[in-house]
Amino acid sequence: MSQQKHHSSTKMVPVPTNSIVPERDINDIPVLETRHLGIEFGGLKAVDDFNLTIGRTEIAGLIGPNGAGKTTVFNLITKVYEPTSGATLINGRDLHGLGIAQASKLGIARTFQNIRLFDNMTVEENVRIGLHNNIKYDMFSGILRLPRYWIQENRQHEKALELLHIFGMENLADERAGSLPYGVQRRLEIVRALATNPKLLLLDEPAAGMNPHETEELMENIAKIRDQFQIAILLIEHDMNLVMGVCEGICVLNFGRVIAKGTATEIQQNPVVIEAYLGKKKEGQA
Amino acid sequence: MIFLDNLMNGLSLGSIYAIIALGYTMVYGIAKMLNFAHGDVIMVGAYIAFCGLQYWGLPPIVAILAAMVVCTVLGITIEGLAYRPLRQAASLAVLITAIGMSYLLQNVALMIWGANPKSFPRTFINSSILHIGGLNVSSATIYTILANVVIMIALTLFTAKTKMGKAMRCVSEDRGAAELMGINVNRTISVTFAIGSALAAIAGVLLCSSYPILQPTTGSMPGIKAFTAAVFGGIGSIPGAMLGGVLLGVIEIFGKAYISTELGDAIVFAVLIVVLLVKPSGLLGKPVREKV
Amino acid sequence: MKLTKAKRNKLIYNIVTFALVIGAFLILQSMIANKTITRSLKGQLVPICCWIVMAVSLNLVIGISGELSLGHAGFMSVGAYTGAVVSGLLMHVYDIQDPTLRLVIAIVAGGLLAGIVGALIGIPVLRLRGDYLAIVTLAFGEIIRNLVNVLYIGTGDGRLYGSFLNKKLPEGITMLVDGAKGAVKIKPISTFTAGFILVLITLVVVLNLVNSRAGRAIKACRDNRIAAESMGVNVTKYKMMAFVTAAVLAGMAGALYGLNSSTVVPTQFTFNQSINVLVFVVLGGLGNVLGSVISATLLTILPEMLRAFADYRMLVYAVVLILVMIFTNNPTIRSFLNRLIAPFKRKETTGGDAQ
Repeated sequence: MSQQKHHSSTKMVPVPTNSIVPERDINDIPVLETRHLGIEFGGLKAVDDFNLTIGRTEIAGLIGPNGAGKTTVFNLITKVYEPTSGATLINGRDLHGLGIAQASKLGIARTFQNIRLFDNMTVEENVRIGLHNNIKYDMFSGILRLPRYWIQENRQHEKALELLHIFGMENLADERAGSLPYGVQRRLEIVRALATNPKLLLLDEPAAGMNPHETEELMENIAKIRDQFQIAILLIEHDMNLVMGVCEGICVLNFGRVIAKGTATEIQQNPVVIEAYLGKKKEGQA
Repeated sequence: MIFLDNLMNGLSLGSIYAIIALGYTMVYGIAKMLNFAHGDVIMVGAYIAFCGLQYWGLPPIVAILAAMVVCTVLGITIEGLAYRPLRQAASLAVLITAIGMSYLLQNVALMIWGANPKSFPRTFINSSILHIGGLNVSSATIYTILANVVIMIALTLFTAKTKMGKAMRCVSEDRGAAELMGINVNRTISVTFAIGSALAAIAGVLLCSSYPILQPTTGSMPGIKAFTAAVFGGIGSIPGAMLGGVLLGVIEIFGKAYISTELGDAIVFAVLIVVLLVKPSGLLGKPVREKV
Repeated sequence: MKLTKAKRNKLIYNIVTFALVIGAFLILQSMIANKTITRSLKGQLVPICCWIVMAVSLNLVIGISGELSLGHAGFMSVGAYTGAVVSGLLMHVYDIQDPTLRLVIAIVAGGLLAGIVGALIGIPVLRLRGDYLAIVTLAFGEIIRNLVNVLYIGTGDGRLYGSFLNKKLPEGITMLVDGAKGAVKIKPISTFTAGFILVLITLVVVLNLVNSRAGRAIKACRDNRIAAESMGVNVTKYKMMAFVTAAVLAGMAGALYGLNSSTVVPTQFTFNQSINVLVFVVLGGLGNVLGSVISATLLTILPEMLRAFADYRMLVYAVVLILVMIFTNNPTIRSFLNRLIAPFKRKETTGGDAQ
């Protein structure tokens, strides 16, 4: 909460400007802009002064050691947590005071680090929940089976299969989501998120538990999704090959603070990052 | 004077709620479940004490101790047989089981002791009326309030100082982490049920000393109200249970005296709803955040 | 739309459900016509319909929406009282003598008022989590019972009189609701056919709701609240939808139940009654609508037929609740049971129940 303080002279603060976006997106409103975003849990600043701008069709990465606050950033952007300071703008719209569902309607979709599918529902039904706000009809059309029910159910069915086709999963449409193998569940979460027709897709460790071959495939798919849907993607990932291979802009978080931002090459050469993150890894390997 | 009489009655009833609420709040804090059968353990305790006094001719203290022992064993048994198999299950399943357990206890009591209300015998607890100033105070009131204070202090010391108390706090904070630290979670939960059930026996005796009608459903309404008290004070908090219980007892007695006798229960439950709307974590509780 | 395996199973399930209910109705009607039906069973027909509606609607809240409501009998009592008052009013004040018309209006009114009460309760309650919601619905059930206990409504010279807490009504009027004595002097107008139609309406509403966009949203909120919200599903709205729909149906069942006898007393709708319906739902299977229909029917007839069972009814119910929960939720026992029935199962089927 920002409080109005009565100082004798105005205090000037810097607006975060050191963010970078791909050149092709520079004429569009950034899809995501966070300003001094922060949250405290009982006095502990889990995320502090987080500033990030993502271009309209950018693939960005959020990396950092375990416990750096990456998932907390996702929870702040998607309004699972209400920030204690700062603001989040989606396409220039402030998310202040909105709930999770309302934030979703503005164009944010996400996957979860610990998969959160609707286990007892089929694969297709999971995707249909993603389509909830895109292909609508009211409760009474559903109960009375009015023509609108049949039309919209058909549209949902076709759209769901079309989306499942991205990962070649249309033959799994009738399987129970909870019975799928881990890697397939991760892919289904992405399809379900895409079904909400997002402008910004947040992927929380999409490659976790995948073998190198599957990761390779995922990389191609992430780029394909961006090209096909023309959306921005922000991903948290520990697999450096994936991050360096697919992300255009990378933001490094440590102890809840941004310690570096830049392209893959810049991040790899940044001494602060190497010390805080990659450096430790090298010591461990030695 | 009537006001003071009502206040004393309220404090006495509230102290009984507080002792029952302690059982709820400890179990909820540690096992993360609403033990719906807790109110019926009170009833069992009261029946055992009743049998001890009436049929077996035990001295009152021994009868109370017998009730505590039986309830402790009962509490541990219920936990082990019905709740432990559901440790990983959804809260809906656990709650339905607890409701079933509550009904089981009531119906077994019905088979053993019958439906006819028994009149709870007089003991040292409710033998005399004390005259303090212009007030007529039943000795039961004094004993109840005293018992509440003593139990509350003892429990606070227990959780703060003893090894088991610390284990309880650990399990309540994070069951998984506690297990990794070598704490025997099942044993800790069993001990929690044991303490809660022993307290329920005391509450049963005190309840029937003030309101000496004993039947299989005696425990259910006070049980539900005590849970309300635990929520009011902040579930999981020992001082919260005490504060919530006492306040709720006073509110109930005053509501009955000054608003309507018939609406006493409605007033108590209205308090619950208002509390949950205004401050869902209760007066002394901490808000919890869901981990995503 | 092409029929996939899951959809075909759902369709079969729905057809079986309706066929069973309609078939049972036709058989019973012919038995009534032939006079081969026993007196006690005939007297049970309307109550059975009421309990089916109660069980199916509570299943919508517990099984489909995943919230434990312990105040379902409260909505039934709202419906029963409203039905009795409305029917009395129509007869004495508006001079409508056609019993069918009175019954229909009374049932609709009972459903409406129960729905309004459900919405008022739902707004604060559905923000709460699991166990709290259970205890608050229980509290509401008790509050409703307390309130109708001190409610006095009467009618005389074409006017409606009412008072609360104290009986302050003019002398010589016809009492409709008389405090702790309950709703009195009701003209019983409920019929088995009306009950059957209400059961059909309930099944259509619940089954069609479950297999629609709204129903999927309700189930999504049950399976994973955060994920559902992240997909843009307004969780409160859909929990409310299930809760209020169930309240409306319970109110309608209540009106039918109340108008089946000459008096309705507050003690008919205690917490115990809510638990009764809970047992129907649990025994029939959470989320399984057909199961609720069957268990509500059997458990209503059984105590009438078996005196011995009637005596131990609540004891048996208690054991049933505990055992069903442990057997369906304990991972060790479940895998053991699955291995036991595996040789008898031909093929794994999905969507065998309404989920």
